Amino acid sequence: MKIKFLPLFITFLFLILFMFFLKGLRNPNIYTPNLIQEKEIPYFTSQLFDSTKQIDSNEIFVGNNFYLLNIWSSWCAPCRYEHEFLIRLKKEKNLKIVGLNYKDNVKNAKNYLKELSNPYDILISDQSGLTAIEWGAYGVPETFLIYEKKILKKIVGPMTNDLMNEIKELINL
Amino acid sequence: MKFKKYFFIIFFIFILNLSFAEEKKTQIEITKNLRCLICQGQSVHDSDSEFAISIKNLVSEKLEDGNSEKEIYDYLKERYGDWILYDPEFSKNTYFLWILPLLLFVFGGAIIFKLFNIRKN
Repeated sequence: MKIKFLPLFITFLFLILFMFFLKGLRNPNIYTPNLIQEKEIPYFTSQLFDSTKQIDSNEIFVGNNFYLLNIWSSWCAPCRYEHEFLIRLKKEKNLKIVGLNYKDNVKNAKNYLKELSNPYDILISDQSGLTAIEWGAYGVPETFLIYEKKILKKIVGPMTNDLMNEIKELINL
Repeated sequence: MKFKKYFFIIFFIFILNLSFAEEKKTQIEITKNLRCLICQGQSVHDSDSEFAISIKNLVSEKLEDGNSEKEIYDYLKERYGDWILYDPEFSKNTYFLWILPLLLFVFGGAIIFKLFNIRKN
């Protein structure tokens, strides 16, 4: 009996295709940022909040302190939610919190800080959104934990109690 | 004389317009190939979200600084990964996508060739 090679081959081909597409279908089709990274922080210059003075990233991240860069805005609702955790983190001695005010109105931002108190040691302003892009951020809030000019941890979205405790553990090692 | 003066002024305005148009065109071309990460199924060019506006500004700024298209893509890829590009590059994740048409073509050709041979015999 002659073996029917062609139908067998076609079935096989479709099976392989099916496997590939099934695998592709299971991939997430929304942007999933790479959270595990040990990248060098980008170099940037930005304006200090409510001033015309320019500041350099090398002037901000100095020494062997831990730094927490928090991208926030007064129009961002989840930022309000995470604010209390930032205030609690402010008490940590070897952690400095750098605030990046993203595309905000200065007056609104000031009112926001007056209302919820100010956890930031250094506050810089990013009206154009270009500094946030430099960091690979795509929304607010985003938070980066930095040590010796390296990003140890990246948090997309608001901080939670668990994440705050994780940061506390990391900086008190 | 007066005519010549006006002619030159108008001429230069047109020249400037053309050069700006060229820059705008590349900016649109680049932003059309960038995925707006916070939107669904929209390019940066089509979107008016805060993120897309920033990226558009960034692209124009980079073009003004004389960066090439590839440099801009590399800059964004380093920060956001391959996902930001609509036109995926050849890598271990995309090789099948690129090779598939070729494979289908070769196998299809082989099948047709075989059928013809069978008919002939």
